[in-house]
Amino acid sequence: MSHDGTMSRPDIERPESVYFFGTCLVDLFYPEAGMAGMELLKQQGVRVVFPQGQSCCGQPAYNSGYREEALKVARAQLDYFPGDWPIVVPSGSCAGMMSKHWPDLFKGEPDEARARQVASRVWELTQFLVQVLKVKFEDQGPPVKITWHASCHAQREMGVTDEPKALLRQLANVELVELQREKECCGFGGTFAVRHPEISAAMVGDKVADIENTGAKAVVSGDCGCLMNISGALEGGKKPVRGVHIAQFLKERTHG
Amino acid sequence: MGETSINFAKASSAALQDQQLRGNFRRAMDGLMSKRAVQFADTAEWNGVRALGASVRLRALSKLPELLEKLEANCTRNGIQVHWASTTDEANAIVLSIMQRVNAKLVVKGKSMVSEEMHLNAFLEKHGIESLESDLGEYIVQLDEAMPSHIIMPAIHMNTKQIAHLFKQKIKEAEYTEDVAQLTDLARRVLRKKFATADVGISGVNMAVAETGTLCLVENEGNGRMSTTVPPVHIAVMGLEKVVEKLEDVPPVISLLTRSATAQPITTYVNMISSPRKEGEKDGPNEIHLVILDNGRSGIYADEELRNTLRCIRCGACMNHCPVYTKVGGHAYQAPYPGPIGSILMPQVEGLEKRGELPHACTMCNACVEICPVKIPIVEIMGRLRSEAVHPGDAVRGAGSHASKAEAMVWKGWSMTYASPLAYQFATALLAKLGNAAPASLPLLKEWTNVRSKPRFANRTLHALAREKGIPDV
Repeated sequence: MSHDGTMSRPDIERPESVYFFGTCLVDLFYPEAGMAGMELLKQQGVRVVFPQGQSCCGQPAYNSGYREEALKVARAQLDYFPGDWPIVVPSGSCAGMMSKHWPDLFKGEPDEARARQVASRVWELTQFLVQVLKVKFEDQGPPVKITWHASCHAQREMGVTDEPKALLRQLANVELVELQREKECCGFGGTFAVRHPEISAAMVGDKVADIENTGAKAVVSGDCGCLMNISGALEGGKKPVRGVHIAQFLKERTHG
Repeated sequence: MGETSINFAKASSAALQDQQLRGNFRRAMDGLMSKRAVQFADTAEWNGVRALGASVRLRALSKLPELLEKLEANCTRNGIQVHWASTTDEANAIVLSIMQRVNAKLVVKGKSMVSEEMHLNAFLEKHGIESLESDLGEYIVQLDEAMPSHIIMPAIHMNTKQIAHLFKQKIKEAEYTEDVAQLTDLARRVLRKKFATADVGISGVNMAVAETGTLCLVENEGNGRMSTTVPPVHIAVMGLEKVVEKLEDVPPVISLLTRSATAQPITTYVNMISSPRKEGEKDGPNEIHLVILDNGRSGIYADEELRNTLRCIRCGACMNHCPVYTKVGGHAYQAPYPGPIGSILMPQVEGLEKRGELPHACTMCNACVEICPVKIPIVEIMGRLRSEAVHPGDAVRGAGSHASKAEAMVWKGWSMTYASPLAYQFATALLAKLGNAAPASLPLLKEWTNVRSKPRFANRTLHALAREKGIPDV
């Protein structure tokens, strides 16, 4: 992992095909965000492959201290991305696990080189849309005020900070109001939310207050873990603000 | 968790109820973060000095045993007496024996986190020696009979009003005032008298330079200089990792330290202590002692990954930027070192059986990693310690002490399911059909739904939707 907080990755040529790694959270809770992500890629004329054998990057077990179990699940993914295409992930956290932590997780294993090769092809969705596909969106939705929640791992593991906001700013009728503490964690943290429910609640409470202060009608994010936490707290507190994944938001704005 | 384990969850729960405390921390940490950001506004300069600082610390650690020997030799040559302590008990005993030899009754102390680690004040009091903290924050905390809540700003959990009440209550000559200058002046008057009569001064060490045998100490109040020059005997205590190789290693580390800690380009006082008073000199102590404490550090040193913990220069920036620390404050950790660095250091020093919960006091957001001036991979070490806590081994004291058969079985079942496409798709399809019927009162779900709505499983998984829409599989 980069400890500098920022990373620039070399440009690659626009590929003919990409793999889509949906992530287990999207699979179960936000499939519409996954479908929207694939749609956005297809709109740009890229062939999207969704390997049906995929499941999870292994992060839940890895962060809980069960590395062998994480390795087993991570290893099971390797077979399904044999082509030399980029692997696009609609989550900074899962992308960070694959590209930054897999090399450590597989260290000294017989398939380390293979895991590194797969990891090196991983892109976070907005990063890929901006840097590789250089998308230009045309907004077709009504005026709306939104805010953006930056996922910790997208920012600090994938070095994705400006890309998602740049995409949102392409939308003419969308007013993006930044949070006061945009970079602060929402308190999800995987098992942290249930291991330390009170601290997590206090953290998401601060996040919700920050969101409310912007007057936004929607909070857009690129990670479904954060979204599940923040939307859950907005709903739980009966706040009239909608939480939505950036892929879905972009698709709604550009495709009716 | 064993009986001796420290209950972080319980303590943090109490802290979260205290709105005053939460407000104090939120305001203080917001201020510290924005002031630090100004100091490092030039990204290229930050990257450069940070790389330099990290390399100084890495180089020092790469030859730690050799540098410690060199430090001892050069200190001894300079007339500084070096003592080695493998435990805090030994360190306390060394300090006490020096005190007893000079028949000391009163000690003034500059700020030292290692002395907190040793619980030195309580130890000395037990032996009839008055030990007075002379750093304003430490003095406040001592008056309040509390622990520091931050390694740089020990009384950051209190606001002016609370300090005003404390002074009125605990200092005889105090009149109630909320004027910061008057409060500071009052503390200064009390402390000045003590400096003049103290038998021994105790300080910490920010860096010890091996090639010259010099002890560096940064501070803002002049109390460090008073503690190390006025009393006839000066005892410095340091963790064994605080050594650097050369004199030229000092400036980049100080620059990173003071800017990261208090957003100052440099502190008001930078003390470079090289020897006791020499013949013909007009001030300085007659004796200087350096107590070098191990307390588990050599064990940490033995592991290549964990060793990075010892890079720390104790700036406290990781605390200021930690969203968990900001919410619960330092006391919830019940440790001399709270926050992210404490959450990786304490379990290694005191063992996972006692401190195994601390690596989980973290959302792994990496805010600390982003600003650590010496690039400690704090979150990676956090993950490593989580793993050590549930797997027996010999790299960390208490490894395996948090192992739970039930938890291990859950992850084993999870990995078997998630590593098999058939089992995974069967399980997820089942959850899509039946998952929403789970009552919110289930364990885990109950914790989640205290402040949140129940997560809703989608009717169909992404796998199913992709198949329906004819998205190619290969």
